[in-house]
Amino acid sequence: MSMRTLPLVFINLGGEMLYILDQRLRAHNTSEDNSDKVMNDIVGTMFSKAFMDELLKPQQLYSHRTLKTVLTRLAHASIMRLNPASMDRLYELMVMAFKHQVLLCPRPKDLLLISYNHLDTVREFVKDTPAAVNQVDETHRRIIETYGLLSEGELQLLRQTLLIFFQDMHVRVSLFLKDKVQNPNGRFALPASGPVPHGIEVPGLIRMFNSKGREVKRCEFPTGGSYSSSIRQGSFELHGDRVVRLGRNMYSVCHPEETHTSKPPSTDDSPNLLAKEELNLLARLMGCMKVENVQRSGTGFRINLFSTDKEEEEAGASGADDSMFGVINIQAMQDVQASTELARIAGEFADLPENPSGSKGDDLLAMMDDL
Amino acid sequence: MYHKEKSIQIKNSASALYNNLSVLRIAPRSLTYFTVVHANVVNMVSASWDGLNYSHRQLQSKEPNVATSTSLIMQAAWCVLPSRDLLVLTSQKGIQMYESDGSIMVYWHALDTPETPTAQAVFARGIAAVREKYICVGVSSGAMLVFDIPTKGSNITLAEVLEEHKESITDMASECSGSLECIADLVSADDAGNLCVWKSGEEFQLLNKIPGFDMCCSSVKLWKGTVVAGYGTGQIRLYEAVTGILHAEVSAHARWIYSLDIAPFSGLLLSAAEDSLVRVWHLTQTPETNSVEIAHMYNECVTDTQICGAKFCDGDGYAFAVTGYDLSEIIRYTQT
Repeated sequence: MSMRTLPLVFINLGGEMLYILDQRLRAHNTSEDNSDKVMNDIVGTMFSKAFMDELLKPQQLYSHRTLKTVLTRLAHASIMRLNPASMDRLYELMVMAFKHQVLLCPRPKDLLLISYNHLDTVREFVKDTPAAVNQVDETHRRIIETYGLLSEGELQLLRQTLLIFFQDMHVRVSLFLKDKVQNPNGRFALPASGPVPHGIEVPGLIRMFNSKGREVKRCEFPTGGSYSSSIRQGSFELHGDRVVRLGRNMYSVCHPEETHTSKPPSTDDSPNLLAKEELNLLARLMGCMKVENVQRSGTGFRINLFSTDKEEEEAGASGADDSMFGVINIQAMQDVQASTELARIAGEFADLPENPSGSKGDDLLAMMDDL
Repeated sequence: MYHKEKSIQIKNSASALYNNLSVLRIAPRSLTYFTVVHANVVNMVSASWDGLNYSHRQLQSKEPNVATSTSLIMQAAWCVLPSRDLLVLTSQKGIQMYESDGSIMVYWHALDTPETPTAQAVFARGIAAVREKYICVGVSSGAMLVFDIPTKGSNITLAEVLEEHKESITDMASECSGSLECIADLVSADDAGNLCVWKSGEEFQLLNKIPGFDMCCSSVKLWKGTVVAGYGTGQIRLYEAVTGILHAEVSAHARWIYSLDIAPFSGLLLSAAEDSLVRVWHLTQTPETNSVEIAHMYNECVTDTQICGAKFCDGDGYAFAVTGYDLSEIIRYTQT
């Protein structure tokens, strides 16, 4: 399948993450200074040249677990802290939003317009920090350069790869349910009306030709839908009207949104060890990011995705405080050991609170000992 | 014209891949086999015609004797040859051929995969049985592998590599009317919409090349010398295979077409797309005027589903089956 999914995955999932964090920071009445710092730190890390360089290398799309780990680390590049339960729900929200966008994407090429919608909004979030804006612009240019020449067939392969990645995820999102974008069973509604995608004809016409290529007969057939002609095409440049609405910030009106989990996460929690390539990718991506030393600066703060602090504590169980100490331990290890990238990540995995179902961190450590 | 029957439940949901349903009718045993691809697994169901017995089997794309390697499967399809039926799986790693019930793997062909991944994806896609003894499989580079199939056993060999396409192969189809008069045996399609028409033999001969317009042809069929092609633009085009003359163009769907099928005895055509619609058409050939006409017969909407596979279950088109992305069932329809 496609070897070019990662950059688009991070831009879109990362974008969704920033949309949600922005909404929660505002709902939490976080000071503007803190909010700006969080956004700038995450954007600065995500759009750094080193990180993008790694993503742009041709490679497979790895597991949900790897993605979630990297996105958690991205979030922790700021002074904000999320406990694992919050991160799980944040991840579900991000993935369901992106799944919706990819599924409803009118043409495979419009995946790029969806990505550019995310980039446009992220640029807005950091508009007061020229350095961050530059990074977003530079990333945008690289994306245009890399993906601008792909054929529709190759972009459809990319989209199909993403759809396999999202397969069987039906987490219900209350904002989607309310807007009837998602059905109560968790499946997305596909409209059979509206404008056809750009470059596609409205269905309903049969044209027949003679051997000289002249049209000799034309007839219509009933289509069972109500489509209209396509509207103008969106802009694929650095700036411009994207026309496609998918990928825009759906949280820009303040609702405190929650996720309802339809069933426990199925796929990726099996106790299989990460494949070696996947672990190497993880090492390289993590190596591009620095975790803020919260304890030393004393400015760290926690953020809620749940409605009350009490729920936050219950969901986090013993996790919340441990992750704070986890951060400190990592920094200490970094100072003490001039160790390999993998060993440092091993330390992080060991410190994260464990799943009640198994000791995945231990398996990883054991595997790394064998490498 | 058709009404919905009881669906067949499958173990996993269908992946969003072109032509993601294959059907094999086994009349002597009153059974029909179905296969649906889910990521790195092929779900096979055998359904008895009385609707009482279903049995399931799963196949993985795996190199023989290599425990940990599985890869994503692009397509699974039965190849019907006079002497035997084989189930062919194409994946990122290679091509596997099984006995038709999926019980024994009889052949494995590995694709050349580079040490470090390149930007161009590597995979096999596009499967067709041709005449008495060939199975053709397409590759992402545009190459087509022609395998020589003995009447029984596993002594399958790669006979020829055809390098005409420059873009990834999407689908292939052999002449399905059963007529021996047709000159063209095989049509192949690629990501740029180019179609190649071939005559089989010791060396396959290229009869014609029909250019695409940079719009992917995702599904193709060949019937009585007419190529029926489905495109990402939602259009269906009918071409005379050997000359490339365009007979008809239909603005059939509002989204990417994922599957076409023809019932060879009746000339019924099935088209299915991401727009949730399955449409049934009728093809008529008038040899005197050398024209082919297409008429619309029926629509079926599978609500909120992007369809990825649709096939007739018999040669007359009395029944058809449909799969959709994220759906864990095979939906069936029969004529009223």
